Amino acid sequence: MCTEHKNENHECTCHTGYTLDTLIPKVGIITDIREETPDVKTFRVNAPEGGKLFEHLPGQCAMICVPGVSEGMFSITSSPTNKEYQEFSIKRCGMLTDHLHTLQVGDPITVRGPYGNNFPVDTVLKGKDLVFVAGGIGLAPLRSVINYVIDNRADYGKVDIVYGSRSADDLVQLKEIRELWMKTEGVNVHLTIDREQEGWTGNVGFVPTYLKELGESGQIEFGVNTISLVCGPPIMIKFVLAALKDMGVSKDKIYTTLELRMKCGVGKCGRCNIGSKYVCKDGPVFRCDEVDELPNEY
Amino acid sequence: MLKIAKKDLASLFALIKESGELYLPVKVAEQTNFAAYEDGAEFDLDTLKSVKSPKDVFFPQSETLYTCKNEGKTIKITPEELVDQPFVVFGMKACDVGGIEVLDRVFLSDPVDSFYAARRAHGTIVALACHEPEESCFCKVFGIDAAEPVADVATWMIGDELYWKALTEKGEALTEKVSSLLTDADEQVVENEKTAIRAIIEKLPYSDLSLEGWNGDAVAEKFDSKLWNELYKPCLACGTCTFVCPTCQCYDIKDYNTGSSVQRYRCWDSCMYSDFTMMAHGNNRTSQMQRFRQRFMHKLVYFPANNDGTYSCVGCGRCVDKCPASLNIVKVIKAFGEKGE
Repeated sequence: MCTEHKNENHECTCHTGYTLDTLIPKVGIITDIREETPDVKTFRVNAPEGGKLFEHLPGQCAMICVPGVSEGMFSITSSPTNKEYQEFSIKRCGMLTDHLHTLQVGDPITVRGPYGNNFPVDTVLKGKDLVFVAGGIGLAPLRSVINYVIDNRADYGKVDIVYGSRSADDLVQLKEIRELWMKTEGVNVHLTIDREQEGWTGNVGFVPTYLKELGESGQIEFGVNTISLVCGPPIMIKFVLAALKDMGVSKDKIYTTLELRMKCGVGKCGRCNIGSKYVCKDGPVFRCDEVDELPNEY
Repeated sequence: MLKIAKKDLASLFALIKESGELYLPVKVAEQTNFAAYEDGAEFDLDTLKSVKSPKDVFFPQSETLYTCKNEGKTIKITPEELVDQPFVVFGMKACDVGGIEVLDRVFLSDPVDSFYAARRAHGTIVALACHEPEESCFCKVFGIDAAEPVADVATWMIGDELYWKALTEKGEALTEKVSSLLTDADEQVVENEKTAIRAIIEKLPYSDLSLEGWNGDAVAEKFDSKLWNELYKPCLACGTCTFVCPTCQCYDIKDYNTGSSVQRYRCWDSCMYSDFTMMAHGNNRTSQMQRFRQRFMHKLVYFPANNDGTYSCVGCGRCVDKCPASLNIVKVIKAFGEKGE
């Protein structure tokens, strides 16, 4: 398929009658697989001829499909500053993800995107102190922003990353966290796990509780110039927002991502709406005061 | 204004068909639906409403988007070719033309759906006025005039003649092609018919339905209203309303394994179904009340909010006619109106 020659009518100018519709995917080749946890793998994807399939912005998603199995929307976990490949951290939890976990390096998949909006890295977040709060696989979309911020370090203030999981074995991207994030100046990483575990010397406790402890002890400051970015299971998000509220953080200084079932990715198939907003098109990134205005159906 | 004798319609259709596919209402097993016209088929211009709306001429119930074939360590993706031949749809009613305008707002907005856009670009719509609007009709409520449909060509069936008026460039081109069969006509005959049709419409039971409460405001109040808990109860979740609706555009994308390749096709879907929003990690609309509410909030609140106040309903009344539980959008509009919410 030709992917370059597109005229105003969204038609390919070198293949008569061929469409370059956004619903038509490209072939991606899996070039690396990292086993992050017992149920999360990070897949590196390249175009068949090498390089990236497309350019994206931090927070955007893509539709990954195994023809004959299914197709699903996943956040692109690599940063746009990575010029060589894109990565997807995928938790095994259903038909498609079960199948993806059986794939090997060299196997082809189809990818279309990028879809959705992005974290406002070049506007609102610029020059601000950033607090990232993630739980479990919720780190995936935030990792794209964190690495973007690290690669453009001078453009942002202090960075705090609060990341927690069920156990030490369920923390994803641990190598990168230890070897890059923890060693970057002005970046503080605060890890926590839900329950005591042999060999774990870090904090034990749920993310919202730990966040509050860090805030109240002054280890993280929530000033007028601080923006929080929260992503994780819905129950964690709920308690993190409550904790932030208790510490006086207003909702217009908090960003999160939402996730609903999607098929088209472009706001037409009709299933990922919350009120008049489509998560695939108007999201997945929402400011929390905007989320409050939506009907409670997510 | 031009005209053609009704007895010559078969010749007209044959002539149209010479330059491309012709879709028109065809009766099969006592049901009238839009279908590609074959010589000798029983076309039916008397039945007011086809069972399904003619939306599938532009947005087919099922269509292949692309085909995937494993080739060694890669996948060959072959997009389906777009429609590139002209075709004509004859006999669409004003409400169904309005339905296409709603679909245009969905599929022609950025990013354009190429499959739909190609059909719209190559299709010419010949609309037919509604000479005997039925009790379930309420297009007037949405500002649609069944007496004077707005399409590429508007037609009226009066007495033994079909009156014909081109309204767009596409309509002019089609008129040119069939001009040998058309003769000049008296505009006044059509004007009189329009007046007669409008008089019928005025007397229809739902023509005075008020949309006053549905101005896109008070979204939270409507969403949280207790009325939904009562309104949804008879709903069987059969999805009939969504399949006969000219504006419902929800679709699914699925796989068809041909044995040697996988076709990725899209097909109509329904927000009335429990698995519509089901994900591995849960479902945000677990009850039928939520799904019922979604359908009507979308048509009357969310869609207008995103589309300059245009409702995603054209008052064709098919849901009124077809719902096995006698539920419909009229009941929803009235329930909120009467309670003043």
